[in-house]
Amino acid sequence: MDFEEHAAKPLLAAAGIRTPKGRLALSAADAALAATELGVRAVVKAQVATGKRGKAGGIKVVASATEATAAAERILGLEIGGYPVQRLLVEEAADIAREFYAAVMNDATSKGPLLLFSTAGGMDIEEVFATRPETVRRQPIDIRAGLDARAAADILAGLDLDAGLRTRLGKILAALYRVYRTRDAELVEINPLALTRSGDLVALDCKFTLDDAAKGRQADIAKLGAPAPATALEQRGQEQGLYFIELDGDVGVLANGAGLTMTTMDAVRHYGGRAANFLEIGGQSYTKATAGLDLVLANPNVTSLVINFCGAFARTDVMAEGVVQAWKTLQPTLPVFFSIHGTGEKEAIALVRRELGFEPYDVMDDAVKAAVAAAKGATARGSRP
Amino acid sequence: MIVRGHETLLVQGITGKQGTFWTERMLEYGTKVIGGVNPQKAGTTHCGVPVFASAQAAAKATRVDAAVMFVPPLGAKEAALDAIAAGIGKLCVLTEHIPAQDVMEILAVAKAAGTRILGPNTAGQVTTGECFVGIIPAFNDNIFRKGRVGVVSRSGSLGTLICLNLVQAGYGESVFIGIGGDPVLGTTMQEALMEVDADLNSDAAILVGEIGGTAEEDAAEYASGMTKPVIAFVAGGSAPPGKKMGHAGAIVLGDRGTYRSKRRALEAAGVVVLDMPSELGAALQDKLGPPTP
Repeated sequence: MDFEEHAAKPLLAAAGIRTPKGRLALSAADAALAATELGVRAVVKAQVATGKRGKAGGIKVVASATEATAAAERILGLEIGGYPVQRLLVEEAADIAREFYAAVMNDATSKGPLLLFSTAGGMDIEEVFATRPETVRRQPIDIRAGLDARAAADILAGLDLDAGLRTRLGKILAALYRVYRTRDAELVEINPLALTRSGDLVALDCKFTLDDAAKGRQADIAKLGAPAPATALEQRGQEQGLYFIELDGDVGVLANGAGLTMTTMDAVRHYGGRAANFLEIGGQSYTKATAGLDLVLANPNVTSLVINFCGAFARTDVMAEGVVQAWKTLQPTLPVFFSIHGTGEKEAIALVRRELGFEPYDVMDDAVKAAVAAAKGATARGSRP
Repeated sequence: MIVRGHETLLVQGITGKQGTFWTERMLEYGTKVIGGVNPQKAGTTHCGVPVFASAQAAAKATRVDAAVMFVPPLGAKEAALDAIAAGIGKLCVLTEHIPAQDVMEILAVAKAAGTRILGPNTAGQVTTGECFVGIIPAFNDNIFRKGRVGVVSRSGSLGTLICLNLVQAGYGESVFIGIGGDPVLGTTMQEALMEVDADLNSDAAILVGEIGGTAEEDAAEYASGMTKPVIAFVAGGSAPPGKKMGHAGAIVLGDRGTYRSKRRALEAAGVVVLDMPSELGAALQDKLGPPTP
């Protein structure tokens, strides 16, 4: 779960990393008031849990209350990366001498934490890694040993930094690592970490992603995360404990397991159609076929449906039973195309045949092709007669 | 990580519903389950094997080559560290939703101790005709038949579909290695591919990947130096960016982890990339010749 900047920065401050003075504002008038309170040049920043806010026009330096009002009004009307801007952070503007980049994140390749640092902060960091590798340090950390200030400073050796600055940055990196470890971050990033003209090191921005699996033991901060933008149907799915993503197509997809569901969506596209959703009822939710089907059919764009079960751990007969019950309750009239294989397939196929009168397809591809054709207006009714 | 038929297996969490069901299936298939763990039921017998207080107690009493964990997320670290401390060489972690930093701690300790880890969030591993470990229907002969193709999969359900297509085409598996759907894994796709490459019973490898991370790109790098043919399917080509597609690891962030990047890397390494799983039979025939009856 991603945190907006205003929710992420206090985590840094609590670890002793300096952040600018400022506060949240929910309206243009309040933003102007906040800027006036600061009494200096201020920066008005859109609070959305996504990158490239600057490029999208979501960050503006202002020198007066009038400018703050104008900037806030404009930014509050923006939508950035699918997030409508509803909150602003108004902070004192820094007098920047140099900008650095610092981050700690989970790394699949080293199977542990990875420290990233660059003396070329403030810009698109992927571009910096590609074009200015000499400014970058990329250091896997032994999670058993951790990272202290001295070891962190040593990692920065050879970069364009004097000894004093390197020592101070080492302390900040060690503190950043503490935030990462104590707060179950997937990623905690400061960009830019500014050296001001008065010689202070200040975190001007912060990105923080909480590991969803650790929400339970990070309960005090888990509620501060920004939920990803969700449609009404997606919210309904969340309430039922189903992971549902609404897409812009018309072929409804119900499958078990993340990999098979994605593959079913891919097959819909491969055979010329467009999937209406991602919804998996595998894993621990394989008994949720009824709620799942209800959700898929609630999307008014859906004109045909493919149900693709491939049971390993998940039992297709249990899932099919859920579908049959849901079908009888909801009594949908749209055409449906089944493909059922793996654990429990004999019972599942017999059940669908007996209770619904549909004949599952032998091959997934044929079920998908038929569903695509039906969505395009073919007159086929239901699965293969 | 591959468990062989002669190796002994300890089931951590053997007395739970899933632990019981799958222990019975593993025993039926031929897996040498020699015991289980449940501190509350130590000293009793379950599924016909002794229950121990800990993996360390089990390892004192008998030889344990491998362990499999049926343990909930927040107990996973403790159970894994117990198995590692017991000196068990191979550990299969089925559990989904273990906090990633717990996984990293487990992996760091395991590496120092010389324990191989498979998972987390995996369905497990099959050594066809010998044994299986985890929650895979190795006993379903529409999905698993003894053969000479090694399958490496991030997904359980899709891995099953691929195996189904493989068997329908007349071929069979030497091993199936489910590496798991988490972003941080004990055995990476590349490491599993190296094991299939080194496996004398495997003539070809199939990689079953999905969007997110760089596992397929890393595996491609190794595949480029292999003489055994490698065939791949990557799921998620039609997935929207920035959304987690069910698996914690299946997400495209910026330009990283995209379908295009994976497909390009695999094809550049000489790997045959399938558009659809149903093309598998033809690709195998092309690389291995017709199946032997």
